[in-house]
Amino acid sequence: MRRLAQLSTALGLLAVAAMAYAGPPVEGALEKQATNWHAIIMFCIFVTMTMGITYWAASRTKSTADFYTAGGGITGFQNGLAIAGDYMSAATLLGLTAMVYTQGYDGYIYMLAFFAGWPIILFLMAERLRNLGKFTFSDITAYRLDQGKVRTMAAISSLTVVCFYLIAQMVGAGQLIKLLFGLEYNVAIFAVGLLMMVYVTFGGMVATTWVQIIKACMLLAGGTLVMFLAFSEFGFSFQTLLEKATAVHKLKDKLMYPGSLLADPVTAISLGLGLMFGTAGLPHILMRFFTVTDAKEARKSVLYASGFVAYFFNVIFLMGLCGILIVGQNPDFFEGGTVGGKLIGGGNMVAMHLAKAVGGNMLLGFLAAVAFATILAVVSGLALAGASAISHDLYARVIKKGTASEAAEIRVSKIATICLGFVAIILGILFEKQNIAFMVGLAFGVAAAANFPVLILSMYWKGLTTRGALFGGYGGLISAVLFVLFSKSVWVDVLHNAAPLFPYTQPALFAMPVAFLLAYIFSKTDSSVRAGQEIEAFEDQYVRAQTGYGAASASNH
Amino acid sequence: MSSAMYERMRANPKFQELVSKRGRFAWTLAFVVLAMFYGFVMVVAFNPTALGQPVAEGSMLTVGVAVELFMFIFFWSLTAVYVKRANSEFDALTQEIVKEAWKENK
Repeated sequence: MRRLAQLSTALGLLAVAAMAYAGPPVEGALEKQATNWHAIIMFCIFVTMTMGITYWAASRTKSTADFYTAGGGITGFQNGLAIAGDYMSAATLLGLTAMVYTQGYDGYIYMLAFFAGWPIILFLMAERLRNLGKFTFSDITAYRLDQGKVRTMAAISSLTVVCFYLIAQMVGAGQLIKLLFGLEYNVAIFAVGLLMMVYVTFGGMVATTWVQIIKACMLLAGGTLVMFLAFSEFGFSFQTLLEKATAVHKLKDKLMYPGSLLADPVTAISLGLGLMFGTAGLPHILMRFFTVTDAKEARKSVLYASGFVAYFFNVIFLMGLCGILIVGQNPDFFEGGTVGGKLIGGGNMVAMHLAKAVGGNMLLGFLAAVAFATILAVVSGLALAGASAISHDLYARVIKKGTASEAAEIRVSKIATICLGFVAIILGILFEKQNIAFMVGLAFGVAAAANFPVLILSMYWKGLTTRGALFGGYGGLISAVLFVLFSKSVWVDVLHNAAPLFPYTQPALFAMPVAFLLAYIFSKTDSSVRAGQEIEAFEDQYVRAQTGYGAASASNH
Repeated sequence: MSSAMYERMRANPKFQELVSKRGRFAWTLAFVVLAMFYGFVMVVAFNPTALGQPVAEGSMLTVGVAVELFMFIFFWSLTAVYVKRANSEFDALTQEIVKEAWKENK
C-alpha cells in the first residue's frame, strides 16, 4: 500500500518527471516522511492552475517583448505582488523562521536589512530603470557604452548570480520535497527543473509573472493563517508570548538582544550593504521593472512589493517566536522525542512543524505546497533572467550585433531556458550533500559588487566610460567571488582547510569599494575618442532617464 | 530627431525645476533611510545591550523590537509619500515638458 502510494505520488505529482528520471523512486523513499496527501493534492491544484495559465500565456507570447517583459502590460499592483513573490523565496519562509526560532532578535535584524533596500531602490533607481531599460538591465549599462563588451560583462555577472541562486534554490527544493512529500531527492529536482522549463519556454514572462502572483498570494495567506492560529494561543499578547518564550529558550533573557550572528561590526555593516545593494543588483528583480507600462506603475510596484515584504517579515518574526514554545516544547517534533535535541527534518522545518501543530495535516499540506510553489516560481524567474542574458544580450546584441530576427531571438531564449533547466538539475544533484548556506549570500554579494556599482554609475555618473565599466564590473565580480572563496564559509567549511585566508564571511563591504574605485580610476584615465563620445551621450540619456521620453512602451494587444 | 527633442527639453526651465525638485526630494528621503538604517546597524555593532532593554519597567517589549517595527512602518510610509508626490506633481511636470517640446517641434 505504502509502496503504491509512493509510486502514484511520483506519477500524480509530475508524470513527466517520473518518466524522465526513469529510476526507482520507491526504494529509499520509504525512509522519508509518510506521503503527505494533503500537500500533494494542493500542489497538484497549483500545478494545474499554473499550467492552464501557461497555456493561455503561450497564445499571447509572440514577440520578444511578450517573452521577456509580458509586453510591458503588467499593472503596478500585479507587478508588486510578483516582485514580492520573487523576493520571498522558500529560504525566506523557512530560513528566517528558523533563524528567529534559534537566534531570536537577530533574525528580525536580518529581515530589516533585507527590507531596507526597497525604499532606496524606489528613490534612486525605479524610474530610471523603467525609463532607460527594455528587456535586461544591461540595456541601461550599455545604453551609451560599447554594446558588445559591456553586455558580455553584464551577462557574465548576471549568469553568475543566477547560477549561485539556482544552486541554493534547487538543493533546498530537493531536500524540502524529499521531506514534505516523501519523494526521492532526484525526482524532486527533476520535477522542479522540468516544470520550470515548461512555464518559461511556453509562457515566457506572462506565465512566470502569474505563477509568481499566485504563489505570493498563497504565501501571504498561508503565513498569515499560521501566525494567526499560533499567536491566538497566547491571546494575541506579545507580552505573554515573550515572557513564556524567554523563560524556555536556551538564550534566556539574551533572546531579545542582538547576538552572535552579528558579533563584530565589520560583519554587521558588510551584511547590511550586501543585502541592501544586492537586492538592487539581482537580475531577476531588475527585470521586473520592465514589465510595467511606465515609470508611474514601476513606482507603484515598489510600493506594493515593499508593503507585502515588510508585512510578511513581521509575520515571520511572530511565527518564529511562537515556534519557540509551540514547536520547541513539543517532543513530537524532535528526533527520538527529546525536547531540545535535533528537530525532525532539520532546523529549517520550524515553520512546517508550527503549521502542523496549529492547523493539523491540512495546514501542513497547504504550507508544504506553498513552499514547493515558491521554489518553482523563484526558479522560473531566475531561469528567465538567465535566458534573457544569453539570448537578448549575448546572442542578439553581441554575436548578431542587433541583426537577429525576433523569432530567432525567442528561439535562442527558449533553448537557453532548457539548457539552464538542465544546468540547474545537474547543479542541484552535484551540490546535494554540500553545505550551501553561503550560496544566497554569495549571490547577493556578487550582485552588490558586480552589477550594482556599474548600473548605478551608468545612470548617475556622466564620466563613466566603457573601460571604467569593464574594470569595475569584472573587478567587483572577481573580488566578490574570491572574498567568499577565501572566507570561512567556503575555504574552511567546504574545502576543509584549517583557517580562512579572509577573516570575514560577508564580501560586500570590501568588494563594492573595489568595483567603484576601479570604475572611477579607469574612466578618469580613459582619454580615447570613444570615451569622449560616451561622456557626451550622457546628456540625452539623462533627459530620457528623467522624463521617460523615448522609453520602451507597452506593446499593443 | 529625438536628440533635438532632448535638446529642447533640456533647455526648458521646467526641466531644471523637475530635476532639482525631484532630485532633492529623492535624495533627502534616501538619506533619511540610509542614516536611520546604518545608525541602527552601528548600534547593533557597538552597543547591542542598549537594544535589549525593555521600553518600560516590566514590559517584554524591548527598545530593539520597537525601533525596528517603527522603521518597517516608517520606511514604507516614506515610499508611499514618494510615490504619491512623484505620480502626481512630478509626472504632471514631466508631461508638460514633453508636450512643450513637441509643440516647438511643429
